[in-house]
Amino acid sequence: MSAPLSAQQKREVTRLQELVYELRVRDAMTTRLITVTPQTTIAEFREVLRVNRISGTPVVQEGRMVGIISIEDLIKALAAGQMNATVGEKMTPNPVTLYDDEPLIHAVGKFSSLGYGRFPVINRQGDLVGILVQGDIVRALLRQLEVEYHEEEVRRYRASHIFEDILADQVTLRFRYRVAGGDFERAGEASSRLKKTLSRLGIHPRIVRRVAIAAYEAEMNIVIYTDGGELIAEVDPKQVYLVAVDQGPGIPDIQKAMEPGFSTAPEWVREMGFGAGMGLPNIQNCTDEMRLESTVGVGTRLEMVIYLDSAGRPCSSL
Amino acid sequence: MKLREVLQLIDGKVLTRNTDLDLEVRMGCGADLMSDVLAFTHEGTLLMSGLTNPQVVRTAEMAGIQAIVFVRGKIPPPETIALAEEKGIALLASKYTMFETCGRLYKAGLPSCGLFESSLKRWREFFGEE
Repeated sequence: MSAPLSAQQKREVTRLQELVYELRVRDAMTTRLITVTPQTTIAEFREVLRVNRISGTPVVQEGRMVGIISIEDLIKALAAGQMNATVGEKMTPNPVTLYDDEPLIHAVGKFSSLGYGRFPVINRQGDLVGILVQGDIVRALLRQLEVEYHEEEVRRYRASHIFEDILADQVTLRFRYRVAGGDFERAGEASSRLKKTLSRLGIHPRIVRRVAIAAYEAEMNIVIYTDGGELIAEVDPKQVYLVAVDQGPGIPDIQKAMEPGFSTAPEWVREMGFGAGMGLPNIQNCTDEMRLESTVGVGTRLEMVIYLDSAGRPCSSL
Repeated sequence: MKLREVLQLIDGKVLTRNTDLDLEVRMGCGADLMSDVLAFTHEGTLLMSGLTNPQVVRTAEMAGIQAIVFVRGKIPPPETIALAEEKGIALLASKYTMFETCGRLYKAGLPSCGLFESSLKRWREFFGEE
């Protein structure tokens, strides 16, 4: 009996299963096509296999695929002493093909159900574009896993790298963006720039998305309700600390403002798809900590914290 | 589902230049409230909306949405298209209503964004547990 899989192994197996659905036949196939014609003799065919170190080829006549021939056909001909027979006599005509844009899982299915060693690959126009053997599938999966592993490594490296290269007992990166009040044309530009910056720092995409949504809702509030303010983000190795500040008019009843659906937005703002009273509840859903302070006539300060180790937690979803 | 298939299913047109029709969308969301778009989507969602102002593109950018379908034959103003092209977000047009546009895609197998904790919380508060 085999030992049960660990959580890590289960993740890897699941990823492999997903990959055979995500990858296409063209991602795995060999495009360096070696073909023979029906007039090629079996003796010549043997040389083609030997020189190219392959075990079979499609048979092509006047640019059209008419069959497939493999090392097994060669062995049978050898055994029967028919080295001067032609490929046309020994090939399998009208072979089963794969389309280049089919998911790789279809190929896996055909290999196991039909038991063939190789499939010619054609495009939707019917042109022969490649050939696929079972080993190609394994190689493509390994290659893709390596690419993904490498991307993850680069991401981790970049994120840690910045903090490691700066020599200090504590490092905090601070980004400051001005937000103009009432300027709907450019509303969202600050959050957009912050999102890009955090991505470049190598922070996990899920964390970046949550910060971006919280920042954008906060920025829209500044644009809709105030004369302008600032969006400040402080990044350290543990968290992103976001502050949205403005100089008024201030929120009279914070508890009311936090209620889902409560809004004081004017009609023109609602027509643009905002002001439905979901901004602050959305921010709360996306952040790990949130504090709102406001004094009427003075201004509002909204503080938000997103922990960097909470990548597993998507924004407010199950 | 590829944008190419989406276009076919909704008899749609492409509004942006340099649109990659091989782009894969994983699920769909129909919404006219931008906060709903932010709260009820995931990365890789296809957004159906009747709103055409540039903020729809900004909202999509924040939510990691790479393609938007404008429903009811609505054509966005040039500034919306320009912003989308700058941000690399695909814009498509559908002459069908929100319901029919979503319905055609859902029927063809494009899933929804699923259930959300915030919705269930309100549900439980009103209807009780279960």
